[in-house]
Amino acid sequence: MKLLTFAILLCGSAWAQEVQVFPVQGNVSMLVGPGGNVTVQTGKEGIVVVDTQTAAAAPQVMAAIRKLSDTPIIWVINTSLDADHISGNEALLRLGGSTEASLRARVIAHENVLNRLVASGSGQARVSDAASINDTYFKSPKDFLFNGEPVMIYHMPAAHTDGDSIVLFRRSDVISSGDIFTPDRYPVIDLPNGGSVQGLIDALNRILEMAVAGKYQEGGTFVIPGHGRLCDEADVVEFRDMVTIIRDRVQDMIKKGMTLDQVKAAKPSRDYDTQYRGTPDVFVEAIYKSLSARKP
Amino acid sequence: MSKLAALMLLSLPVFAQVDFSGEWAPLYHENGPERLPGPELGDYTELPINDAARLRADSWDADRISVVEQYQCRPHGSDYALRGLGNMRVSRDIDPATQRLMAFHTHMLAWDSDRTIYMDGRAHPPEYANHTWQGFSTAVWEGNMLTVTTTHLKENYLRRNGVPRSDQATATEHWMRHGDYLTVVTVIDDPVFLTEPLVRSDNWYLDPGQHIGVFGCEHAPELPKPEGVVPHHLPGTNPYLREVSEWYGLPYEATRGGAETLYPEYRLKLNGYKAPPKCDRYCTCTTLFDCQLR
Repeated sequence: MKLLTFAILLCGSAWAQEVQVFPVQGNVSMLVGPGGNVTVQTGKEGIVVVDTQTAAAAPQVMAAIRKLSDTPIIWVINTSLDADHISGNEALLRLGGSTEASLRARVIAHENVLNRLVASGSGQARVSDAASINDTYFKSPKDFLFNGEPVMIYHMPAAHTDGDSIVLFRRSDVISSGDIFTPDRYPVIDLPNGGSVQGLIDALNRILEMAVAGKYQEGGTFVIPGHGRLCDEADVVEFRDMVTIIRDRVQDMIKKGMTLDQVKAAKPSRDYDTQYRGTPDVFVEAIYKSLSARKP
Repeated sequence: MSKLAALMLLSLPVFAQVDFSGEWAPLYHENGPERLPGPELGDYTELPINDAARLRADSWDADRISVVEQYQCRPHGSDYALRGLGNMRVSRDIDPATQRLMAFHTHMLAWDSDRTIYMDGRAHPPEYANHTWQGFSTAVWEGNMLTVTTTHLKENYLRRNGVPRSDQATATEHWMRHGDYLTVVTVIDDPVFLTEPLVRSDNWYLDPGQHIGVFGCEHAPELPKPEGVVPHHLPGTNPYLREVSEWYGLPYEATRGGAETLYPEYRLKLNGYKAPPKCDRYCTCTTLFDCQLR
């Protein structure tokens, strides 16, 4: 009982922290909380929210959104099936959605997200998260015009998972990357949910293709990562280089016939371990298994 | 008479304030070969780097600049901009209502880099704000010395031969003016790549006739490679790391950097080392025009 109380207190303290609002550019702002980043686009037509964190965080997230706009949430886009990106859908819409049928929020993700959430084969089915999604897409890009701005949703196949989306706010010139890009920590390559190292690198290269840097490689297109600070193209380059270089090292070790344990012992990420949070062994193992599973 | 004295006292600044405004031309008598022709590959001398930084630098391949276009127009970070192509213009903002100094502005020749050094007591941005090449700088007076603190730097280099400096670093600069000469001592703390602070100094002389032109830069692919290739050397395969040791007659271990190699006691570990009888590479390197290879 004491442990439970302690756990509740811990959870409570995490979300006692206020969610911060950071205007990015154009109509787009970044909300920063302990659970990661939320992207918000506001205007006369209502609000677009990319990723909703968790149900527990919803009051703080909504309070932050209300600093930007009083209009209802009309669109919710989930960039992956991760609980910290999707589990706030229902609670957030209860607080910030409209009760008018014509303004009912559309909650959209790639169809693989929904498939994974309802599948019993890949862990415990997350029925309530699945039920919070009322729209899916399978043809990329999925786009719509909202608040006078083209909103483009691109599927990034087999990257962090097989249901990842990145969202481009074309007039504001802001990309919301989800967990494909996490500048302060190693990326999670979720192999059981269809992720792969090559897909992740392809997705990062796609972001670089879409982003246009300002003068002397600074500013221009801004990138809101799934976790971590606001970034631009130059920051994505550093991250892409890190993933690519460690991938190349692991690939070379596989070619030499090294086992997973031998690769881990060689510490191919050791010059990045002081910079990126997370467990290097988990990252290296995911790369090893991802490359070993590839057909020649 | 006493009213006049009071007025004179009022016109004195509350704190010691030196005007750094003007056109400053760099002096390269310190670390000339590193700063003018550019550092040799594998030269990590004078850098208190950790193993992570060393391997990152060993892995660095200069082809990356030709292949990854996004590297081509990257400016130096403001901590490195003082080192090279450092022709600098300094101006200042004075609040007309209070006559208080609100900010210094620096403009560097290289990449037209502009920086504002805020003097108005503002806080630095939150940690989730974006980072820039110049970072976010504030300053305070310490006597006649201006102490500048810069955070929010983008990842860049401690030396432009691949030795990295992380985006978590803080640069503390001490600006000191002695007549027509300016000295800036920079202290870099980087919890990611340094085991102790890196200290270095740079100097300028006042050059009122200096004209800083437009730098300009346009990126373009210079080497045809498949999309997404990032040139680098796999660990243990970089063939160029011993060049600096061989060319300058230095012990290889000493060129690998690290805090220990910075101190005089390190010489005791180099038993039997004899310096080469004469210098034959970049021996007179103090301006852009007198750097001779051999």
